[in-house]
Amino acid sequence: MPKREAAALGIAAIVLVVVLPVCNMLPAGSPLAVSNFTLNLFGKFLTYAILALGLDLLWGYAGVLSLGHGVFFGLGAYAMGMHLMLEIGSKSVYQSALPDFMVWNQVTALPLFWKPFHSGAFTLLAIVLVPGLFGLAFGYLAFRSRIRGVYFSIITQALALSAWLVFNRNEMNLGGTNGLADFKTAFGFPLNQPGTQRGLYVVTALALVAAYVLCRWITLTRAGKVLVAIRDSETRVLFSGYSPAAYKLFVFVVSAVLAGVAGALYAPQVGIITPAKIGVLPSIEMVVWVAAGGRGTLYGAVIGAFGVNWIQSWLTTSYPDLWLLFLGGLFMGAVLFFPDGIVGALGRLTARARRLLTKRGVTGSTEITGPSRLEPGSRTASR
Amino acid sequence: MTSIVYLEDVTVNFDGFKALSRLNFFMDRRELRVVIGPNGAGKTTLLDVVSGRVKPESGRVIFGDHTDLLPLRENEIAQLGIGRKFQTPSVFVNLTVWDNVELSLRRASKGVFAALRQPDAHEERARIARTLETVQLADKADGKAGALSHGEKQWLEIGMMIAQDPELLLVDEPVAGMTDEETTRTGELLETIAADRSVLVIEHDMEFVRQIARKVTVLHQGTVLCEGPVEDVQGDPRVLEVYLGRRREGSDAVH
Repeated sequence: MPKREAAALGIAAIVLVVVLPVCNMLPAGSPLAVSNFTLNLFGKFLTYAILALGLDLLWGYAGVLSLGHGVFFGLGAYAMGMHLMLEIGSKSVYQSALPDFMVWNQVTALPLFWKPFHSGAFTLLAIVLVPGLFGLAFGYLAFRSRIRGVYFSIITQALALSAWLVFNRNEMNLGGTNGLADFKTAFGFPLNQPGTQRGLYVVTALALVAAYVLCRWITLTRAGKVLVAIRDSETRVLFSGYSPAAYKLFVFVVSAVLAGVAGALYAPQVGIITPAKIGVLPSIEMVVWVAAGGRGTLYGAVIGAFGVNWIQSWLTTSYPDLWLLFLGGLFMGAVLFFPDGIVGALGRLTARARRLLTKRGVTGSTEITGPSRLEPGSRTASR
Repeated sequence: MTSIVYLEDVTVNFDGFKALSRLNFFMDRRELRVVIGPNGAGKTTLLDVVSGRVKPESGRVIFGDHTDLLPLRENEIAQLGIGRKFQTPSVFVNLTVWDNVELSLRRASKGVFAALRQPDAHEERARIARTLETVQLADKADGKAGALSHGEKQWLEIGMMIAQDPELLLVDEPVAGMTDEETTRTGELLETIAADRSVLVIEHDMEFVRQIARKVTVLHQGTVLCEGPVEDVQGDPRVLEVYLGRRREGSDAVH
């Protein structure tokens, strides 16, 4: 990893993992205090950032645009949600050992596929394996048949739609439209305690740092170069002796697992997971985060996921009517004016400022972001 | 002498259009062969069949002594030692010149997990550097391949072929769009490569063909029209007719 990036990552990690939780523990009146609400909100944004990293690896590097990553997010979230539902036990409204929605639906026995989720260890495994294996099967079929470009995007969108339809059905025994909610404890810790939420936040922040390091490591290996090469010329990659399908499958599975982990961390922090998080719209929103932040940089995806959602939570509380207009405008702006995202636009601005300054004979370091290597290249990333 | 590639009775059918029609073709090891022919004669299809891009509806394609190429995918054929250079320069524009060659380097495995594990050993770095010297791009190694000129991109791609170290190299119109100087230089490069491997070149530029060719094959309507040394082929009345029949202005493509 380049030194400057490593330093920036270190600082970001300390702020996210240590400083914010410590500020959260300060008494409420203190000027540096971070409220439980804010920390919880950040925790949610960080789960989105984990997902965005995988999406950027897939889209920004390998040029494969998935419009169905809400599905993998949902698989992870539902896996976690099922365990949390079972943890409630008979403390639920109906005081049955079954989750409440099953009582409403007059289900009398726990369905077989729910049973293993009593085990916390199985749940943790399922969070990785269910999205991973599903991504492997789906990706294998798609890439093996050489479905690429916009056709691949369309079938991932169809996947999101069909998954949404399936999860909405009461017969699936996954809570139908209402999804899974009213969690009481997570692995024994009461979810209504700030300490538990803080712990979940710290785990999420650590997971984000780990995901970043993993993704950056991949991009720095020869496999990472092959991914960029696939974006540039898949045919040349093929005739150079590599199987583009295998590389795309690999990165698709990595991104599916990251999405699943993100979903699993999302469920206990937000307290609910419904099919609304799985469908076409949330999947496209995820793509907007990456596009707005800047493709093919990794940090752009993190900044995009964090930034767009922060603005969303501010706009939807202060100016609820504006949010959708803003989101649409942001996407159009990203396409028309800053195709390399916030990160790329800032980089170009700094470069221009630096040129102006040097022209006037002013010397001095004005470096802010400086991702100059990404400026022209990332424009072609959607191929 | 044994053959490097051997096509027997190969027919390629594109929705009723026979791009290759019961074609028989073979090349010796270490041979530099040029294939010419009017548009639509099946020249590029011939390369597509050998490199696995197009699967014929009938016939046999044998590489070396007895490797059947038909059941193999393009990347498997590439790993066997068959390199392919496309007509338009096809390099990885968002990677550096060095990385382009690095990815092309011959390796035992080009799988994902091998690519995640092994960093380049000293020997591999030396080979990349040597290749860049050969194609005169050493001073541009750290720049993006997208910033190279058209001719430089062609040479980079040839360099990528050298790095791939193929036994058989398939080259599709390497000098299209090049200046005379670049053309001469490209011819020299191809002859260097041909010194210890087999090269199959498709070309229109007859001056270039005369520069490099020892033996020429003329394709017409998906089959071999004639084969032989450049001078003989140029004088062959059938060849003149094929070109004259297609081009009113004259036989400038073959004189």
